[in-house]
Amino acid sequence: MSENGKINAIVATDCGSTTTKAILIKLVDGEYRLIVRGEAPTTVEAPFEDVTRGVLNAIREVEELSGHEILDGEDIIHPNDGNRGVDLYLSTSSAGGGLQMMVAGVVKSMTAESAERAALGAGSIVMDVLASNDGRLPHEQIERIRHLRPDMILLSGGIDGGTITHVVELGQIISAADPKARLGAGYNLPVIYAGNKNAREEVVKLLEDKTSLYQVDNLRPVLERENLGPARDKIHDLFMEHVMAQAPGYSKLMGWTDAPIMPTPGAVGSMIEAIANRHDIEVLGVDIGGATTDVFSVFQKTFNRTVSANLGMSYSISNVLAEAGIDNVMRWVPFKLPELEVRNRIKNKMIRPTTVPQSLDDLKMEQAIAREALRLAFEQHKNFAVSLKGVQQERTISEAFSQSASGETLVNMMDLDLLVGSGGVLSHAPRRQQAAMMLIDGFLPEGTTRLAVDSIFMMPQLGVLAEVHEQSATEVFEKDCLIHLGTLVAPVGTGQEGKPCIKFETTLPDGTLVNEDIPFGEMKVYPLGIDETASVKVTPARGFDAGAGPGKPFESTLTGGVVGLIVDTRGRPFVLPTDESERVKRLDKWAAAFDAYPPA
Amino acid sequence: MAHAYTPGLRVSEKTVVRKERRLPIKGEVVVAKGDHVTSDSVVARTHLPGNVQLVNVASKLGLPPEDLPSVMQKKDGDPIEKGEALAVTQGFFGFFKSKVLSPCEGTVESISTVTGQVILREPPTPIEINAYIDGEVVEILPEEGVVVEAVGTFIQGIFGVGGERTGEIAVVVDGPGQPLDESLITDEHKGKIIIGGSHVTWDGLQKATEVGAHGIVVGGFDDPDLKRLLGKDLGVAITGHEDLATALILTEGFGEMTMAHGTFDLLRSCEGRKASINGATQIRAGVIRPEIVIPIEGATAADVQDGEGSTTGLEIGSLIRAIREPHFGSLGKVTELPNELQKMESESMVRVLMVEFENGEQALLPRANVEMIEE
Repeated sequence: MSENGKINAIVATDCGSTTTKAILIKLVDGEYRLIVRGEAPTTVEAPFEDVTRGVLNAIREVEELSGHEILDGEDIIHPNDGNRGVDLYLSTSSAGGGLQMMVAGVVKSMTAESAERAALGAGSIVMDVLASNDGRLPHEQIERIRHLRPDMILLSGGIDGGTITHVVELGQIISAADPKARLGAGYNLPVIYAGNKNAREEVVKLLEDKTSLYQVDNLRPVLERENLGPARDKIHDLFMEHVMAQAPGYSKLMGWTDAPIMPTPGAVGSMIEAIANRHDIEVLGVDIGGATTDVFSVFQKTFNRTVSANLGMSYSISNVLAEAGIDNVMRWVPFKLPELEVRNRIKNKMIRPTTVPQSLDDLKMEQAIAREALRLAFEQHKNFAVSLKGVQQERTISEAFSQSASGETLVNMMDLDLLVGSGGVLSHAPRRQQAAMMLIDGFLPEGTTRLAVDSIFMMPQLGVLAEVHEQSATEVFEKDCLIHLGTLVAPVGTGQEGKPCIKFETTLPDGTLVNEDIPFGEMKVYPLGIDETASVKVTPARGFDAGAGPGKPFESTLTGGVVGLIVDTRGRPFVLPTDESERVKRLDKWAAAFDAYPPA
Repeated sequence: MAHAYTPGLRVSEKTVVRKERRLPIKGEVVVAKGDHVTSDSVVARTHLPGNVQLVNVASKLGLPPEDLPSVMQKKDGDPIEKGEALAVTQGFFGFFKSKVLSPCEGTVESISTVTGQVILREPPTPIEINAYIDGEVVEILPEEGVVVEAVGTFIQGIFGVGGERTGEIAVVVDGPGQPLDESLITDEHKGKIIIGGSHVTWDGLQKATEVGAHGIVVGGFDDPDLKRLLGKDLGVAITGHEDLATALILTEGFGEMTMAHGTFDLLRSCEGRKASINGATQIRAGVIRPEIVIPIEGATAADVQDGEGSTTGLEIGSLIRAIREPHFGSLGKVTELPNELQKMESESMVRVLMVEFENGEQALLPRANVEMIEE
């Protein structure tokens, strides 16, 4: 901290598997702003095998671009005195494969699922979920633990005071597997026990000698409630102490930072959660990377994160094709390409993951794949972000008839207020309209939803910053991180192409009156800039719901963005025509409405 | 700024190749430093702990778990044969005894009075690792393995399937642009590493497997054929564990792609020599590319001029290959390296280079879309 006790300059880095990104934030005219961003290749692997090399290189680029001196040789200058030094240095990391965990719980859909939620929320990749009822025989489970070599194991099971037999059985399985840690041969694998407190003594007997055992409060003390905080915090501590400390150069890096290093997705999750809490809104965030796609959501005040470990735009691009199928990918491509050609192209991207689309057709192809990766990752998220299972619910007669059950998805697209996208294919799309279209097609929001992209993917750094200095994180997030694309209006319902769907009325900031009957099957974009608002009235035709109920007029004040005010009457559920020429015609028409691509 | 080019794959006529041969768990190293080994020499061995079997003895006998010690015929650490009695109840006056028999041979690892389970461990499985290349043991990793060193030709491929194989190099095409089909493969290629040109057809690959060829090195292969070969669509490029009789290494990529002349000429010059190849590929952090190692008998590290092969980065005159459409596979020379970002047809703003292809055509390419050809 500087002499006056204020934080005036902050540098934060995110050590990714391929690139280390640094940002410099400074207090300018009473508010915190992003000054510059720099990057350098990550240096965890040979020949460097020292993460701090990449960190120093990235910070050096920040110094060069900003003229603000941060380094004295290889030391970060503390504190800031005007144009020299910083008051805070923080970092996140996903290098070396991030944090890889295995979780175990007694019942797959109850304690095992809660354990999975705790691990994912802490920013880890869950390699496997072990449960007493997962259908595998004990020796198969043991074989699996041995084979996977996770960074740590989270063991849960049973409610406090309940039977201990099953969770002790899981302890026996872990003990019999005698698991070894992924990094560093010389230390015991960390195991966190967060199950029935009455089983602690037995678990200690089984695992104390073979693992580094830690005990925290039960993550499901009663069926009706999860208590994920203690397990999540312990995961973060152990990530630092055990996993990171084994990775090359991290011990040194840990000595530099003013707060513990966080796993990158954990930091992004904190940021998404903070936005939702601050504005009391429902938020969905996605980070589509080269190897994985993370989806974060806050619905009904519950935070959820999922990692689709093999859905991504470079290393995992071929898996998107394998999971979605070629027809699903090709339905978004507005031209014909033989299957052999498509398959070979995608495989070539997989084996040379750093290449970029040079031709327009290649870009369209890549964005088609992105739509499917987003759709699949979101499907997985919806299936995971559910209310607690196994909870007895008190029901009124009408609820009993509506068959609502525990374990239903919390994701309700009609309630969604803000959809934030990040990751190269979204953040670096040559035109922002393309990012808006990919988000709309991948997630199919309903009613009215604000759309935004993370301009340069700095949510990880802001997430870790929010833990120690929330004000600066918030100010930079609102002013420099998010690029608002605009608001989408998408009525729910289906109809026939060209038949009535909605009547759309608004007055645009330049005074233009809009009073249009928009038929089914259209995309319209109206100019409404960043920070501009417009009062909108949407009157849906029978069978359509714009947010106020079927057929009922919906009125609201909507905010613009770099793309504008978007109206999508293509229907929900959304179906593309199967006829080839009709499909291509519509894709071209919708892209033209957005001015998404240069003329061919 | 990050180097915006793909460093390229190593293609080296004579270099020092070191291979670490490590056991999955600690064991015994059976060679000494300085020993000369061949590819199939065993260098280290160990025993993997046996599989574990859990038997819920208490529930099988209808007893509460705490009564388990009174019926157990074996205690912790005891050896046991398959079918031998693990636990026997007292019965009525010696009659109506119930038994639980061991489902496997092994030892009793633990008996739990909480869960009523008995854990049995099967006998350990022996595993051995070999030297993989002909060479000299230059380092012993105590209890873990060795480092084997050879001087020879070293070529990296871009993608492969199938694990480690050895065999003599047999070039069956006339040039790097000729596809490899079944008509070029005969019974004489049994145990050989077949070198093809631009592409291997499905029937060609099948024929190679039929005759017992150990490997194929070729420019390209079609993805639908890969799916057929593996029985599934390969999602992530992590390979090497496939159960394939013939390992396959691609030097250029997917589709029909002329093998780089340098690579082809080098392989042709090695005709008849013994090669060790490995199709294992991992395109993730800690990238692993498939490789072809052809040791040169009698050569020593002192004969190697180029050391480990240095990467200097792109320069005017550098030889490159385009690795993305629209010029995919074309080879050329860098003629300009402008500093400013330039707009592509896709409207992406990227760092670029100007290239003159072998046919004389000039083109502006993103630096990320070229690969240096290291020689």
